Amino acid sequence: MIYSWLIALFQALLYVALAPLLIGWVRKVRARLQNRRGAPLLQPYADLRKLLIKEIRVPHTASPLFRLAPYIVFVATWLAAATVPLVALDLPIAQIADIIVLVGLLGLARFFLALAGMDVGTAFGGMGASREMLISALAEPAMLMAVFTLAMTAHSTSLVSVMSHHLADGFLLRPSYLFAFGALVLVALAECSRIPVDNPTTHLELTMVHEAMLLEYSGRHLALMEWASQIKLLLYGVLIANVFFPWGIGQDFGLLALGIGLVVVLLKLAVLGLALATAETTLAKMRLFRVPAFLNLALLLALLGLLSHVILEVGA
Amino acid sequence: MSLTQLPVLQQFVLLLAALALFLSFVLLAQARLVAAIHAFAWQGVLVSAVTLVVALAGTAHHLYFSAALTLALKGLLIPWMLHRLVRRLSLSRHTETLRWPALVIMAAVLLVIFSYWLVEPMVAQDLAFTRNIVAVSLAVVLIGLLMMVFRQQAVAQVLGFMSMENGLFLAAVSATAGMPLVVELGVAFDVLVAMVLFGVFFFQIRESIDSLDVDRLNRLTEAVEITGERPG
Amino acid sequence: MSTHAVLLLAALSVMLALAASATSLLASREPRILRLIAMPLIGFAGLAAVAAGLAALILGGSVTTTLPLGLPWMPWHIRIDALSGLFLLLIGLVTSAIGIYAPAYVRDFERGRDSLTALGGFTGLFLTGMLLVVLADDAFLFMVAWELMSLSSYFLVAFQHENAANRRAAFLYLLMAHIGGLAILLGFGVLAAFGHGFDFASMREATLSPGWASLAFALAFLGFGMKAGLMPLHAWLPEAHPAAPSHISALMSGVMLKVAVYGFIRVVFDLTGQLQWQWGVVLILIGSLSALMGVLFALMQTDLKRLLAYSSVENLGIIFIALGLALVFLSTGHALLGSLAFVAALYHAINHALFKSLLFLGAGAILHSAHERDLEQMGGLLRRMPWTGSFFLIGSLSISALPPFNGFVSEWLIFQAALQAWQLDSGVLRSLIPIASAVLALTGALVAATFVKVYGIAFLGQARSRHVRHARQGALGMRVGQGLLAALCVLFGVLPTQIIGLLEPVSAQMLGTGLPQAGAQGWLWLTPISSETASYSAPLTILLLALIAGIAFWWFVRRAPRRMRRRDPWDCGFAPPSPRMQYTATAFAQPMRRVFGMLFEIDESRPAFDDAAPRYRLKLTDRAWGLLYLPVMQAVEAASRRVVRLQSGNVRVYLGWTLATLLVLLWIIS
Repeated sequence: MIYSWLIALFQALLYVALAPLLIGWVRKVRARLQNRRGAPLLQPYADLRKLLIKEIRVPHTASPLFRLAPYIVFVATWLAAATVPLVALDLPIAQIADIIVLVGLLGLARFFLALAGMDVGTAFGGMGASREMLISALAEPAMLMAVFTLAMTAHSTSLVSVMSHHLADGFLLRPSYLFAFGALVLVALAECSRIPVDNPTTHLELTMVHEAMLLEYSGRHLALMEWASQIKLLLYGVLIANVFFPWGIGQDFGLLALGIGLVVVLLKLAVLGLALATAETTLAKMRLFRVPAFLNLALLLALLGLLSHVILEVGA
Repeated sequence: MSLTQLPVLQQFVLLLAALALFLSFVLLAQARLVAAIHAFAWQGVLVSAVTLVVALAGTAHHLYFSAALTLALKGLLIPWMLHRLVRRLSLSRHTETLRWPALVIMAAVLLVIFSYWLVEPMVAQDLAFTRNIVAVSLAVVLIGLLMMVFRQQAVAQVLGFMSMENGLFLAAVSATAGMPLVVELGVAFDVLVAMVLFGVFFFQIRESIDSLDVDRLNRLTEAVEITGERPG
Repeated sequence: MSTHAVLLLAALSVMLALAASATSLLASREPRILRLIAMPLIGFAGLAAVAAGLAALILGGSVTTTLPLGLPWMPWHIRIDALSGLFLLLIGLVTSAIGIYAPAYVRDFERGRDSLTALGGFTGLFLTGMLLVVLADDAFLFMVAWELMSLSSYFLVAFQHENAANRRAAFLYLLMAHIGGLAILLGFGVLAAFGHGFDFASMREATLSPGWASLAFALAFLGFGMKAGLMPLHAWLPEAHPAAPSHISALMSGVMLKVAVYGFIRVVFDLTGQLQWQWGVVLILIGSLSALMGVLFALMQTDLKRLLAYSSVENLGIIFIALGLALVFLSTGHALLGSLAFVAALYHAINHALFKSLLFLGAGAILHSAHERDLEQMGGLLRRMPWTGSFFLIGSLSISALPPFNGFVSEWLIFQAALQAWQLDSGVLRSLIPIASAVLALTGALVAATFVKVYGIAFLGQARSRHVRHARQGALGMRVGQGLLAALCVLFGVLPTQIIGLLEPVSAQMLGTGLPQAGAQGWLWLTPISSETASYSAPLTILLLALIAGIAFWWFVRRAPRRMRRRDPWDCGFAPPSPRMQYTATAFAQPMRRVFGMLFEIDESRPAFDDAAPRYRLKLTDRAWGLLYLPVMQAVEAASRRVVRLQSGNVRVYLGWTLATLLVLLWIIS
């Protein structure tokens, strides 16, 4: 009992530790694809460290909520991530939150992020908050629909059950999983503010969404916000990798199983990061009002996943 | 029979059928004509692949031939003809947006559920592993018709018509392991002739009303002319 | 404590409400009576109702009695079972908070010209009506109480009748309440005809053919659905609820709508008997429509109270989705799942009562101290009114269904019920129910957007007008009233297993099945079906959230430098930002207005480039007005114009009509 909670704690710490690495990897690959050398792989760690020791500057117009929000955003995102099996499957912490609670925790983080954007009372913050809420409103049904397809296959909304059901079935050509995979990838791009929905490298443009809400933050507040968004990217990466390709995840708490689990998940994430960097290099950012069409496609894929599960896979 | 008990080949058929259904949705909502033609070509390839896999999994040998025929006709020849047509009508950069894309897509989703509801009693009698596909193919047919209703552009309507034919073929392959060869050849020939005729008609229509927007054909009505008509 | 204590407590509650009404008669002489006696009495009535409800839920069983009132051959029957107990609890919780809040709030009216007697008197009668609806055990008392509730709330809506819009809203409300009441009466008529009696006990015994049962269902759904503000019959609700004083708006939105839900459950689940799955599908469709359209309209509003009223339409839609799921599962023989969906509906009903009342009281506090309902004039209120701001934040988080607050628990339960659709035999239902839950997900996300807008515009940023800049903290009573509801929101969110334990007797008594698995893993874990299917631990969620936040905070305070400097916000190197440069509520909703534009009638005019005094004007109307309400209104007007010919002015002609009517009636009866 104690041991399994220790493993859970270890895994939660692993999320915090690995998140900057993933972003560093994506940036590095992207730079190489664009014929640049790019920053070192570990640069995001150095950035975070620098931000953490810097002085904080807070606008005159900010309310107490402005200083509270980074903690809530970071903690809610981290807790959501901690419930997703990373290296080992059957962790006690996964019982706290099923997949719907996970979406809810991310929603909590987003709520405070948007409020923090509006707190200072500049036009940028309001604009970012408004757009973020639009994107999330359209992404959430697609996300839940895709998740429901998986949940209806496994007859459970617990991520552990979904993954172990998939492991027990072995490799199957499920049309529903294919569609749900597509839907989740599109949702992940939108939710993590990646190209083509939002550009993570922009800092002062009228098109920015996520960065517009963080514009007034500095010092450790900014570090927490950035870290939270890195954890979110890692979370979606692990979700996609471990739900659709659960093979290799540790099924007991032996050291060997955990070691293999860690190596395998790192490999999966490296591949996903490669794919993300390639997509971001080849695609262009969309206009804001093209985003609904993009997310409608995600919803359509998720719907088709559900229908093909009901029609093709269950039988009468 | 649930998916877990099927051999891999049969799972593959289901996957291909589901993708064909997805392409029907793409056809329905795709604004760019050329991209829609490509989607149609891919649908033809998928239908042909379904036929091939059914042939591999079963004993009906003539299905190899129909798979090849489908691939040649619907995957290559007709898309090529449409492509040429579009180029000669200089519609290559033509885009057409649906009025309420989300609503049309939702209608198509409802059509899928409706066709499942229609087919359900039939599926209850244990036919073969492909029986589940009957619902999908009926949905492809209905979505093709829906596309003809909602699209204004004549070439897009032809795409809808052709994808209806894809759906029928899918139903034939999945429900009864293919039609007799003679019928199949006849249908293939019909489709080809229809395609040629469509091409000829398009040029005629374009010459007489200078557009391929079928809403402009309203003037052919014998009723009293409506006052609020758009200027031509 | 014997079961008679329940009856006594309920009677005490009704008596206190009537006493509040009676003492208000003196308020025209001595205005302070309203504040010092009548409103506290309302609060005590609420407390008595809470006690009665809790006792009924904990003791279980049911108590009945007959009152020597009513018609000679039809005395009034009273019955308190678990369902009545739950709704007594709901009414009581909100009313107690309002009893604390109202004394400070009504103080403003003492200087005004409006009649204080009317305010206090009708508030007491309104509460009495709602309590009696829940207690009634025969159709006669039910209808009397129902009309008492409708009429007294009509007078409360018309309270500030100098305003023409309020008068119009009140009239529309009266009209709709009566059409709904008529439908309910006819529904009871169908049931009574088969049950040979107007008391609920004989209606329960009746066996109806499926056709008649469906008719009774349709009438009940029409009547109660109209009162509950379901689409497309909702248009009166956002007019009427905001027109009343804020604590009455809270009662109407938070409690009266739940009384409609109670009536629907009582008639359909308890009295009608054989359930049919088609009814469930109807409920799910109408519920999804109401939820989605309600929140979209809420998102577009700039009047805070109207926005909250539209959001009530959305929440009632969610409750009816859950009831529809319960009907589908129960009628196809999945008793456990039906009970899950039923409990989810009840849970959401309580939650909505709590957070909607909290939000209306918050809106009232703003109205009280800043005299403003328009979001476009607000801003920066969190610093002016920190308590109201904090409580409103809790309410916003709860209504947006975010963990670990209460709205999340009930929506989570509804999702869990919907996800059990794979157990159904019909493939169509298997695919339709998850689509309905996708609509629910979209609704949830849009609610979050709505309340980010409300909170961000009203409480954050900078004040957009002078009177808002000088807003002051409300009186202590107002803060305590809101604080009580906020605490309940948190409590209902953090201890779901206990709350479900409280709700279980209702389901066990009505449907014969409880949720045996819900707390099987201990009080920490909520596992509605089984621990493999789904589990949620709200206490651990909040514990871990607090723990990690605490550690992070401690680490930063100890390790990191504490230097922090205030500075001006980033101004792009141009003029410093002014309050006028902030995003407005209309601007915030613009992307959604564009994406969902087809659902509204939008009338927009933009200024030209060279306009000297540019103005942006936007008018957004409900399509239901043009499609449904205006034709009915015109028909009513045309009919009235015909009838007006009867009005000759001669008294003897009128008497002649009366005589003729009397003769015809006697002839019909004989």
